Amino acid sequence: MSVLEFMVSHRVEILEATMAHLFLVAVSMAIAILIGVPLGMLLVKQKELRAVALGFASVLQTIPSLALFGFLIPLPFLGGIGTRTAVIALILYALLPILRNTVVGLTNLDPAVLEAAEAMGMTELQILVKVRFPLALSVILAGIRTATIITIGVATIAAAIGAGGLGTFIFRGVAMVSDAVILAGAIPAALLALAADAALGLLERRLKVV
Amino acid sequence: MNANAENHREVTIAFRGVEYFIPTRAGAPVLSQISLEIAKGETLLLLGRSGSGKTTLLRLVNRLLKPSAGEVLVNGQSVGESNPIHLRRGIGYVIQEGGLFPHYTVAENVGLVPGLEGWDRRRIASRVEDMMRLVGLEPREFAHRKPRELSGGQRQRVGVARALAADPAILLMDEPFGALDPVTRAELQHEFAELAKGLAKTIVFVTHDLHEALRLGSRIVLLAAGKIVADARPEEFLRVDHPEVHAFAASFGMGNKARA
Repeated sequence: MSVLEFMVSHRVEILEATMAHLFLVAVSMAIAILIGVPLGMLLVKQKELRAVALGFASVLQTIPSLALFGFLIPLPFLGGIGTRTAVIALILYALLPILRNTVVGLTNLDPAVLEAAEAMGMTELQILVKVRFPLALSVILAGIRTATIITIGVATIAAAIGAGGLGTFIFRGVAMVSDAVILAGAIPAALLALAADAALGLLERRLKVV
Repeated sequence: MNANAENHREVTIAFRGVEYFIPTRAGAPVLSQISLEIAKGETLLLLGRSGSGKTTLLRLVNRLLKPSAGEVLVNGQSVGESNPIHLRRGIGYVIQEGGLFPHYTVAENVGLVPGLEGWDRRRIASRVEDMMRLVGLEPREFAHRKPRELSGGQRQRVGVARALAADPAILLMDEPFGALDPVTRAELQHEFAELAKGLAKTIVFVTHDLHEALRLGSRIVLLAAGKIVADARPEEFLRVDHPEVHAFAASFGMGNKARA
């Protein structure tokens, strides 16, 4: 059976898996953004903590994804089999690019602009909200874009711990030694990644303020 | 603003035995034994080579830096004891390249401090127009431009307008015209000299350009290696007998006058 034939005959199942995949990615990204961006803002004035936080996030990212899923399963509250564990692993992966770009975007600014802001009598909070954040926005979005693409890819492995998604087809195809079944999961996942990349890239350019 | 001001006889800014050194850096202090009184309405030009400490001296006034020893007083009140936010909103600040907010329009940049001070919209708008005209920028043409759509000279004009917008009594300027081409620089210097006459503000202006100092200052203070080595009116400045004055005069082709 060809890939196309398989995809057409299993279209409902593939669509459901795509939706489940998107759900995993959307929930994980939303939480990762809600953690990463405010954390990055808090770290703007904390040089030492900044290095620690970025180092910790980098270490998380070096753990092979399958191993991370495995590590999480036995943990109380966080672990177990299913969507919740998968979401936690995906958040941990998404955190680094978001946090790093937030910190870099907020701190790597023209010193003359920051000096002027301070000299005009802006408070730290005003400088953060009115100067640093708008100027960092496109860099932060670039981090979110990178994290989204990583998450779409890593989410295929979530099927290994019963979280569903397009990985289901990939694992099934590996077990069946069937390229067609593997591709039925891999092609939609790749298309999702490309679409997310294009959409977020567009948004990034839109929101570039300078 | 402050009852003490009268007791200090028109002295707007005072340095009392100020030292400034960077703890992590060994060697000579950036500033040492600085005692200086700047009277209300003076245009004081702080002249010196790169690294002489002139920018550091300027930044002590609005508490961007704190002295390692001694104290700085503004309107009779120690800067170290005043609220830095309040202090800075009463002091205009202009730097090289302007330091304009790239994501703000010209009008938004100029209206920044009035906005922080909570002026109402209409008052800000009319003040912004006045300030833009004051520095020679037609509001209708420039108000909605972003800084990147301006020339260097125009950006510098916006920087001056922004510094003046909330009508501060003190204006600090750190080589504001340093990055401009010579023709534009001369134009802005000339306009600024005219502007300063009408403003009656206390101005501290940092430069390494002797011509600029002579042209704009009502008083010139020369710094060398963190110390004040000359303090004179412009017409007397070149007659001050100090090697650093001779060095500046010679480098600007004014050696004869210095020896005269």
